[in-house]
Amino acid sequence: MSDLAAAGPEAIIEFRGAGYRLPGGQVLLHDASFTVWRGETLILLGRSGAGKTTSLKLINRLLEPTDGQVIIEGRSTLDWDPIALRRHIGYVIQDIGLFPHYTVEQNISLVPRLEGWPAERIRVRSQELLALVGLDSAQFLGRYPHELSGGQRQRIGVARALAADPPILLMDEPFGALDPLTRMDLRREFLALQQRLKKTIVIVTHDTSEALLLGTRIGLVEDGAVKGLYSPKEFLQSREPVATAYVEQLHALQEFEGGQ
Amino acid sequence: MTGIGFFSQHGGEILQATLEHVWLVGATMLLAIGIGVPLGIVVARRPWLSKPILGAANIAETIPSLALLGFLLPAPWLGDRADRVAITALTLYALLPIIRNTAAGITGVDPAVREAARGMGMTDRQVLFQVELPLSLSTVLAGIRVATVLTIGVATIAAAVGAGGLGEFIFRGLAMVNNQLILAGAIPAAALALLADFCLSVLERRLRPAR
Repeated sequence: MSDLAAAGPEAIIEFRGAGYRLPGGQVLLHDASFTVWRGETLILLGRSGAGKTTSLKLINRLLEPTDGQVIIEGRSTLDWDPIALRRHIGYVIQDIGLFPHYTVEQNISLVPRLEGWPAERIRVRSQELLALVGLDSAQFLGRYPHELSGGQRQRIGVARALAADPPILLMDEPFGALDPLTRMDLRREFLALQQRLKKTIVIVTHDTSEALLLGTRIGLVEDGAVKGLYSPKEFLQSREPVATAYVEQLHALQEFEGGQ
Repeated sequence: MTGIGFFSQHGGEILQATLEHVWLVGATMLLAIGIGVPLGIVVARRPWLSKPILGAANIAETIPSLALLGFLLPAPWLGDRADRVAITALTLYALLPIIRNTAAGITGVDPAVREAARGMGMTDRQVLFQVELPLSLSTVLAGIRVATVLTIGVATIAAAVGAGGLGEFIFRGLAMVNNQLILAGAIPAAALALLADFCLSVLERRLRPAR
């Protein structure tokens, strides 16, 4: 019995007809139903305002569904204590949101400190985390966010989200604000990191190549609805008009590069 | 009599009045900060309460100070002592800049920082005390600085109800048409205001978060 359970994929996040409506009545997400399996990287791909970020915030209960349910590890987000739920889920937002009055060490050790870890364990963990994201701890732990480059801030943002070793990681346009070369570096590092850590990751992006590179599956979000989930291969071959539009845009770019 | 001679002759009295003045202002500021900062937090957190709170503080600001002191004199416990009346009136004046700056400081915190704090599982209280207040400290302090300088000036009027302070000299000087007496109150008051302004602005700069 346990062998059977271990053999099949295990649902860790489930949207069951989940929707979110603003108090004014505007629908940001409508009747979303999909499952995220433990250990996979799901990409939510869509235009700005399509409902991607809304879906992400429903997972860590920064928003509560106005219809349906979002289930995390078998329990509706509404049955979780929101604080416990959020400390269980790493969160990386587009603008990173590092605390400007905290050093790098204080930033990345935030959740361990909130959880009351002993000082020694926090110190060791902070050094571990910096090594994990490829930064030298002697050099960086004492710095403030304004003394870092965009790429370094992003790494610290990821380190902070991973601090208490949460099983789930949410990333909202994590590489959006970076220059193209740094972005490419960080994507590669991210892939290597994910192979080691095996977290369940949900990434929001509007970048097709990012989706194909990082995702084990791609969820297409359009007009407040999740249009379908595809493996990267299925996505490239899909007949869904929205998917083909993304793929064509990608091909146009490649043709341009080929013509150079 | 020369000005310097006057000051050296009345040095003891001037020092006494200055200390009274500092006491009035100090007590006022403690009260105003104790009331104004929490009200500012409420204004920032509960937008529907911001109109009534800021409105009330605004109205207090528009009442002429002499009239306000007069209104408070017959109040039961307050009216027993002149300094209570004066400190109450001064506190009402000092509230507005403190409330307004506290609210502005908190609402001015980068939304990404606030969202990261909430998303990482900080409670409301932790977001307030570990993120919002530390980041708005310099703005709050700017409000306290404005309120302090204002209070040092307005506190001279407290002498009208017998609360003492440097206003004593000014009122006596006005009654006796004696400029030296007026200056004996006005110069130390101005010096106090400049000193407070300087010290608080240094502190404010040191607390300003780096960007």
